[in-house]
Formats: sequence, structure tokens, C-alpha cells
Amino acid sequence: MVLRKFATMSKSRGIAPYFYIGPVMAILTILMIYPMCMIIKLALYNNYYVVSKPVWVGLKNFIDFSRNEIFWVSLKNTVIFTVFSVFFHMIVGIAFAVLLNQPLNEIALTFFRSILILPWIFTAAIVAINWQLLLDPLGIINFILGKLGMLTSPVEWFGDYFLAMPTLIFVSIWRGYPFVMISILAGLQGIPINTYEAAKIDGADAWQIFCYVTLPQLKPILLSVGLLDTIWTFRLFPLIWLTTGGGPGRATEVLSTYTYKLAFVRFEFSKASALGTIILIFVMVFTFFYLKHQKPV
Amino acid sequence: MSSDKKKILTYGALIIVSVFSGFPIMWMFLMSTRPVVEIFVVPPRIIPQRFTVGEYIKILSSSKYMRFFFNSYVVGLSATLISVITAIFAGYGFSRFKFSGSKFATLLIVITQMVPPITLLIPYFIMITVLQLYDTYGGLIITYLSFSLPYAVLMLTAYFNTIPRELDEAALIDGASRSRALWSVVLPSALPGIVSVTVYTFLLAWNEFLFALALTRSYSMRTVPVGIALEQGEHTTQWNTMLSMAILGSIPVLIIFIFAQRYFISGLTFGAVKE
Repeated sequence: MVLRKFATMSKSRGIAPYFYIGPVMAILTILMIYPMCMIIKLALYNNYYVVSKPVWVGLKNFIDFSRNEIFWVSLKNTVIFTVFSVFFHMIVGIAFAVLLNQPLNEIALTFFRSILILPWIFTAAIVAINWQLLLDPLGIINFILGKLGMLTSPVEWFGDYFLAMPTLIFVSIWRGYPFVMISILAGLQGIPINTYEAAKIDGADAWQIFCYVTLPQLKPILLSVGLLDTIWTFRLFPLIWLTTGGGPGRATEVLSTYTYKLAFVRFEFSKASALGTIILIFVMVFTFFYLKHQKPV
Repeated sequence: MSSDKKKILTYGALIIVSVFSGFPIMWMFLMSTRPVVEIFVVPPRIIPQRFTVGEYIKILSSSKYMRFFFNSYVVGLSATLISVITAIFAGYGFSRFKFSGSKFATLLIVITQMVPPITLLIPYFIMITVLQLYDTYGGLIITYLSFSLPYAVLMLTAYFNTIPRELDEAALIDGASRSRALWSVVLPSALPGIVSVTVYTFLLAWNEFLFALALTRSYSMRTVPVGIALEQGEHTTQWNTMLSMAILGSIPVLIIFIFAQRYFISGLTFGAVKE
């Protein structure tokens, strides 16, 4: 009864809600809708902003990329970086979350949880310096691997053409798993205890319980987390820029670093805009699946 | 397997994974408190021969470095304040009213959250230059709203949805106006949610790198992350300065993390975990 009255009251104030959401929608229109129209327009002209009279070239900037080797290398690197990063974020995140969900002392668990989130909270510039310190040819990791007999001479992890990408992925795994871990932990804590009890009575062992009871219950969260992480990793810029800068050569060049170079090193705004639009299209495809799965609010 | 044995194994595993996560950071901290010549000695020492906090003092007493911190606070706090205040109204609007366009507007906000910063950067660079906001606080604060505002609105809407409508209903029946109901009834109950949003929005702004790099130019306008990165580019051998700067630059984040971890975590998991 009360609720029904409330609903009619809300509806009778036809324009009131627009006053509440107005400022936010205005700001987002200026900061999102307008720039997206602008970047598509820029991409359809020839070298906008730098030359005084831009010329309409249609889809030429996009078509040019299909014959551009650096574009294909960057796309390949972006896919490799994203697939491996997200896959291992999920594996490590799930494993650590399961560990933190064991029935142990509360204070100890809080302590371990805090340590395990740490890599996530630092800004990329700090993560980059941290790992350059550790991976320096004279640094601790080369030293330990040398002592263990796994290396005969120190390695330039970020500077080696073949090692740069695996190294970068490793740092990205270290930095990115806590988001997955914390989300999964929240999911695990939402599973009722008696679900496990029932499986135990039926004689399932720990691994079977995990595969047939825990994982299916976590499926919705795993999907959301996986898709969000894919979006974030696909568009990642700072960590790559500050560790390898896309190098050596183009070994770790991804779409975002290539876009940045096109725009702010070579001042080819139209080409950069076309590439920015391509990244946007990829991300919107992932977003479509995320929305389809999440059904927001 | 006995439960004691299982417990010991679990603790053992937790200690090993904690080393994986915590050791790099601990090493950075250890290295920042010794003279630069001791950082890359072979074999590496955990305990330095000479302990020094000289680099920290040098940074804390240098106006050049402290300017980075000042800039980060100005930009981070302003963007957070604007986001949280406008998002409170929008969140209340989305949560309490049924109106045409509501679903569409929410969808639009979720989508804007995903737009890659690198895509926005080029139009922003042009807009900011045209508005003569290049290399100013204003330019950064405005562009930071692009990621802090969608996040704040969605999270506050979700939080307001958990607060029973009967609360503001009762206030309205008592003759309070809508805005009065929002300020004196809904907001106090929503305080934990507002704290989460504030904390997490500030951290996003504090850690932002790309816009701060591309939309400022002069040394006196650089934020902490860009300042650290520049230091790295300019003095590749001054490891102890860079490391001390990195530690000092993460102090605000660490304080929030240690003292407001609950809020930090609910901010972090929002979007992936449905309540």
C-alpha cells in the first residue's frame, strides 16, 4: 500500500528526476559523446589539426592500416598480452582466493589478504620502477636465478627481444590478479556451507567439490571478472609504456602504445584517431558481452 | 589428512604466495633506505651496511618534488569532490524515480566506463588546447571526471538501491521536501557507500598516468606518477631517489588501504560482484 502510493508520487513529479541526473548526464555528454563523435570525424580526415585545411579521405586511414605491418604486430601483441594476462589473473586469483577462504585464524587471514592485495594498489609508475629494480642485470632476480644455476649470465629481461613480452606478461600477472582474487573471495563467501556438506556426504573429495560445486556457483562472477579484466588489459597503456615503451624494436608494441606514438611522437592525429577508433570497437564488443551477461542495475 | 596437518600446509602455502606478492615491494622499500652504491652490490644484502633516510629528507625538503604531491592532491581531491557530489544526486535520481530514459541513461554510463582512455586522449588533447586548459589543473580535473564520474554514479545508485524506500517515504509523508529527504534521511544511511566511492575515486585519480602525461607539459604541473616516471627517464642512476619517491608516492594509498580496507575492497569488487 505504502509502496504503491510512493510510486504514484514519483510519477506525478514528471520532471524532477531529470534535475537529479541532469548535471551528470550533461558532463558525460561533453566528456564522452562529443569526443567520440570527434575522434570518428578526425579519423575520416587527412591529418587533422596539424595541417590547416583537413581533407576528407573517408575510410582511407582505416584501409591503410590493413597494409601496415606495425599495426598487425601491435594487434598480435595486444591479443597475446591480453589472453595470457587474463588467463593467469584468473588462475592465480582463483587459487589465492581459495587459500584465503580456508577456515583459519581470522587475524592471520586478514593479514595475508592485505599482503596479497598489495600489488594492485600501487600506481603503474611505481610497479614499473619496482620491477626494473628487481630485474636489473645486477638485481636480485638475476642473482638468485644465477645461484640456482638457472642462468649462466645475467639477463636484460625487458631489453631482450624474445624475453620482453613474457617478462611484461609476468609483471602484468603479478600486478593484476588481486582484482580477480578479491572478487572471487567475495563470491566464495557467498556460497552456503551446507552446499559443501551435501557433496561431502555423497563422498566427493576436495578437488571434485571444487570442480562440481564451487566452480559452477562462481560462474557468473568469473564471467564478469574475466570480461572486465579483458577490457582493462586490452586497453592498458601505463605499465607497458613505463617498462618497455613498446620495445625493444616492436616486441611489446600494443595498440595503445602505438596510438600514443602516432599522436604524440609523430603528430599524425588522423591516423592515431583511426587506431583509437579501432581499439574502441574492440572494447565495445567485449562490453556488449559484459552487458549481456551482467544486465546492469 | 588430519585437520592440523591441513592447517599447517595451508599456512605454508599462504606464506609462499605472500612472498610472491610482498617481496618485490619489501625489496623496493629496503633498497630506498641505503646509499645508491649499495643498491646493486653482489651478493645482494638484505641489511645495508649503512642505513640512511637521506633521500626521503631530500625529497621532503625539495619544493620541486613536493610540488608533484601538491598537484596530485589538488587534482585528485577536486575530481573526487565534483564526482561524488554530482553522483549523489544522479544516484538518488536513478534509484528513487521511474522515468522514461532511465534504463538508457544507465546503460550509457556503463558503456562510458569502458571507453579506452587512449581513445579519449586525442579529442581531449584538442578540446583542452582549444579551451586553453592545456598544462592546467582544470584540464586534468575535467578529464579525470571521465573515469571517476561513471564509476561514482553506478556505485552510488547500487548503494541507494539497498536503502529501503520506506525511509524517504516516511520523511515525505511528514512533509519534508525531496531534497530534504535526501540530505537528512538517505545520505546518513548511505554514508558507508559514500565513503567507499570517495576512497576509490580518489585512488583512481591519484594513480592516473596517461592524461597527466599528455595534458601537462611544465615540471610544476606534473602529478606524482608522471613525476616518478620523469625522474626515471632523467636520472637513470639515481635509484635511491626514484625508490624513495615511489615509496612516498604510495603513502596516501597505503594509509587508505590500511585504515579503510573495508571501503577499499567494496570499491574494488563493485562491478564484478552482484550484491
